[in-house]
Amino acid sequence: MCSVCGCGDGETRVDGAEVRKEAPGRDHGQGHGQAHGGHQPHPHHHGRAHDHAHGHDHVHMPDGTVIHYGQGPAGVSVAGLDQPTLVRVERDILGKNDAIAARNRAHFARHGWLVLNLLSSPGSGKTTLLVKTLEALGASVPTAVIEGDQETTADADRIRATGVPALQINTGKGCHLDAGMVADATATLHPPHGATVFIENVGNLVCPAGFDLGEALRVVVASVTEGEDKPLKYPQIFAKADLVLVNKVDLLPHLDVDVEALVDNARKVNPGVAVIRLSARTGAGMEAWLRWIEAGRILKCAAE
Amino acid sequence: MHEMALSRELAALIEAEAAKHRAARVTRVVLEIGVLSHVDGGAMAFCFDACTRDTVAEGAALTIEQPPGQAWCLDCGDTVAIGKRGDSCPCCHGHRLMVTGGEDLRLKEMELV
Repeated sequence: MCSVCGCGDGETRVDGAEVRKEAPGRDHGQGHGQAHGGHQPHPHHHGRAHDHAHGHDHVHMPDGTVIHYGQGPAGVSVAGLDQPTLVRVERDILGKNDAIAARNRAHFARHGWLVLNLLSSPGSGKTTLLVKTLEALGASVPTAVIEGDQETTADADRIRATGVPALQINTGKGCHLDAGMVADATATLHPPHGATVFIENVGNLVCPAGFDLGEALRVVVASVTEGEDKPLKYPQIFAKADLVLVNKVDLLPHLDVDVEALVDNARKVNPGVAVIRLSARTGAGMEAWLRWIEAGRILKCAAE
Repeated sequence: MHEMALSRELAALIEAEAAKHRAARVTRVVLEIGVLSHVDGGAMAFCFDACTRDTVAEGAALTIEQPPGQAWCLDCGDTVAIGKRGDSCPCCHGHRLMVTGGEDLRLKEMELV
C-alpha cells in the first residue's frame, strides 16, 4: 500500500467497504514512486472521479492503470523535468497489412476465388505467361487479372485483349503491391464466383516479398536469362514461394546458364518448393503449369 | 524501397501507442529486425528519421536489435543457427532447413516522456 495516499494493495476497509481518504490538493510528489516500489503500472483506485488536484505528476491510463513518472531511478517527479518511461509494445510493423491480408483471404474464400500472386524481376515474361495461360484456360474456368506496375496500363491492356477482365494498379513510386491495394482492386473488379484470379505483382525481386496480399499461392517466375544465382541473391522472395516457374527454357541452347544449379539454389532457400520449367513462347511445360493451377483449385475446394 | 512503406507504418504505430499512453514525446524506439527478415536495418534507420519528422517521435533515438537466424534441420532433427537464407546446416551441411526464427519485424519498446 502507498504509505502516502493509501492507494494500492491492502486498502483500508470498514465493514467490508473500501475507505478512501485522499484529500484534494494533497501534495505528495516526492517519494511517491519509491513508496510504490514496483515498476509496473498498477491500478490506482481513487474513491472519486478525478475532481481533485494531484500534487504529483502522473498519467492515468484509460484502462485504470497508471504510469508514474516518479518511478524513475531518482524516484521523484518534478514538473517540466519528467523522467522517461519505457513501455513494451511488441507489435508487428506489418501487422496492419497482415490483418488486411487475412480479411482478403477470408473474402476470397467466401467467393470461391483461387488467388495466385505472381512475383518476379522485371522482364521475366510474367505478362506473356499470363496471356498464354488465359488463352489456354479459355472458358473452362472464369479468370480475372490484377496488374501491378509503377506506371502505364500496358499490361492490363494486353490482358484485356484476351477478353479476360483486368484491372491495373499503378503504385506510382511504390515498389510493391500491398493487401489494401488488392482489397480495393478485387472490390472494383469483382470476379465471378469460383474464378481463378492472377495478381501480377510489381516486377521486383526484393520489396514484394514481405507483403502478404491474402493470396492462396505464391508463384515466383525466374527466367533462365537471369542466371542461376538469383535464388541466393534474392532469397526472401524464393523462400516464400509455393512454386518456382523457370521460364524461357527455349533460350537454353543459346545461354551458358546452368538451369539445374538454378533449381538447386531455389531449394537451398526453400527445400520443398515445386519447380516447373516452361517456355511461355513455345508452350513447352505449359501443361504442367495448368495442371498445377488445377491442383491448387481442387485442394482449395477440398479445404472449403 | 519497401523500408519507406514500413517506416510509415512504424510511425503510425508509434503515434498510436504514444497517444494511448498520453505521452508528449517519444525519446527512444527499440525495433527488432531479425537477420533473416526482408528488411535492411540501415535503410530502416534512414527512413525512420524522415517518417517521424513533425511527429511525437521526432529526434527519437533508434535502437535496432537483430535476433539471429534459426532453422530446423530436417536431416539432423535439431534447431541450428544460420547467418542468412541459403546457408547450409552447420552440422550436416545439408540445405533441408526450415527457418524458425530471426524473421521478425517488430516495434518492441518505446521510451515516453
